[in-house]
Amino acid sequence: MATLLFLGRLEDIAGAPELTVPGGTIEQVLAALDPALAVELLGERVRMALNGRILAERGGIVIADGDELAFLPPVSGG
Amino acid sequence: MATSWPSSRRSAGVDRVIDVRLLTAPFNPGAFVGPFTHAHPGLGGVCTFVGEVRSGGGVEALELRHYEPLTLPGMETLAERSVARFGLMGIMILHRTGLLHPGEPIVCVSAAARHRRGAIDAVDFAMDHLKSDSWFWKREKTAAGWCWIEPRTQDHDDLARWGHFRIGAD
Repeated sequence: MATLLFLGRLEDIAGAPELTVPGGTIEQVLAALDPALAVELLGERVRMALNGRILAERGGIVIADGDELAFLPPVSGG
Repeated sequence: MATSWPSSRRSAGVDRVIDVRLLTAPFNPGAFVGPFTHAHPGLGGVCTFVGEVRSGGGVEALELRHYEPLTLPGMETLAERSVARFGLMGIMILHRTGLLHPGEPIVCVSAAARHRRGAIDAVDFAMDHLKSDSWFWKREKTAAGWCWIEPRTQDHDDLARWGHFRIGAD
């Protein structure tokens, strides 16, 4: 199983700060979520970090057991 | 005294001190600024900015969330860039996380330099990047409940003053 982390307002949309999900490609992981949440997570301004490192590209990334995938919306500012 | 992750360290240059911390409890900025200043014998000036949670506007509390693997490393990069860009003798960046109330310090930046201009500009530079290019998410509590704070256009205007340097969180 892998962990999804939701920062900022994404936590409210997900209904929890984190979720435990089966691994797979990012597409497979997102497809298993509530579609309304998946749409938000795929937003143009949402960044993803896998095990603490920002992903430059989402394509071809596989989430393995024990991985942590964080979804980072724009930071809050002043 | 507030607890903190021990990220304080001396950088390669003997005279430069970079002290960056995330604090999880209320803190007294003066208790940190004094020792920081004393660590720089021969300095020409120290500039310190302390930001507090504003009173008014119906805000009862503020919560700051961060992402451990990115937030502190990003602040350390900002500190190192500030030292290099403004020729500082040292810089201290303290930032709260967790639950805060109006009147509590949220951030403290202190820069020491041989000459005042570098210290003043470095604090301005570091504050603009802490506000809008660091990995923090804030939400406010009012009578209506909790509400996440969205980015403002002004934050990007503030960053644009400094050219192309980014941590990457904006």
